[in-house]
Amino acid sequence: MSKVKKFLYVNRKAPYGTIYAQEALEVVLIGAAFDQDVSLAFLDDGVFQLTKGQDTKEAGLKNFSPTFRALGDYEVTKLYVEQESLDERGLTLDDLQDIQYEDEDDDYAEKPSIIVVSRAGMADVMADQDVVLSF
Amino acid sequence: MSTLHTVNKSPFQNQTLISCLGHTKAGDSVLLIEDGVYGAMSGNAMSEVVAGMGANVKLFVLGPDVAARGIDAARVAEGFSQVDYEGFVDMAASCDRVQNWL
Amino acid sequence: MKFGIVVNEGPYTHQASDSAYNFVKAALATGHEVSRVFFYHDGVNVGTRLSIPPQDDRQIQEQWSALAKEHELDLVICIAAAQRRGLLDRNEADRQGKDANNIAEGFRISGLGQLIEMGIQADRTITFGD
Repeated sequence: MSKVKKFLYVNRKAPYGTIYAQEALEVVLIGAAFDQDVSLAFLDDGVFQLTKGQDTKEAGLKNFSPTFRALGDYEVTKLYVEQESLDERGLTLDDLQDIQYEDEDDDYAEKPSIIVVSRAGMADVMADQDVVLSF
Repeated sequence: MSTLHTVNKSPFQNQTLISCLGHTKAGDSVLLIEDGVYGAMSGNAMSEVVAGMGANVKLFVLGPDVAARGIDAARVAEGFSQVDYEGFVDMAASCDRVQNWL
Repeated sequence: MKFGIVVNEGPYTHQASDSAYNFVKAALATGHEVSRVFFYHDGVNVGTRLSIPPQDDRQIQEQWSALAKEHELDLVICIAAAQRRGLLDRNEADRQGKDANNIAEGFRISGLGQLIEMGIQADRTITFGD
């Protein structure tokens, strides 16, 4: 059994204009089956991926934003969101979806998956990985 | 423990280089490739920003991409060292991880 | 050292596949191993054998196929991205009832799991994209 690696999926792009945000989620879901230590990073325009109220009907696109709320079921529970990126875009945590997971080590208590970190904190998260995949 | 960061966008196109430099740790290496090499030029509106933010990291630029774009060696800012693809490979091998800023 | 390579953008549109090719060649020339090259998003278009670039331009698919043959490289095309873009091997064409296939020599089509597996097995994963 090889050692579990720390995988970080870096999301720096807004959803819908390009495919990258949606594909990143697909890789995360497939990757969940490999039992690695997975984290997601949202910075720069990537924070727009997590906003509430996305409605793609009239644009004729697939709305993948509900998938973020399902990540907990795949044991993907660490979504790092950069405070400075939110601030620059005039967003607060209230503008983002409420994403939770059930902590099986704590009687399945619902806990927030989103972890807001400073830019320096995000740099620490990035420097603590084995594999960084950017989208 | 150090990271090799690569950036392939001109700093005049978007914030990728700035974002990268804002997330590096002291001792990391930043390699500019493809259109990223314009970020290594001296004497433009971004030069001082790049030099300032990049003060704690080692700055590199990919020679073949510099040459392809007709950038004279004299226009490459002082803080940057040029490497070829074998140098790129060496840097990727000798750091602990590679983060490609796309 | 074992490198895993991801190519995210299409040939002749973006420099990504050229940069990846140069990197892989340099890695092999300096005694490293390239465990896999994973073609994703528009990068899957590198693997069609039906492209006909002008003769005075580089032949991106042929370059990769030749390098794969010489070094037994594992060139993997993401199946989900390939199906969306009409890139098929014989099995997949038969299975989907399509009348042609277009995958080039040295490439194979497989799932996204191959990307994760590559990340686990390789010492360094390098992505070329946009």
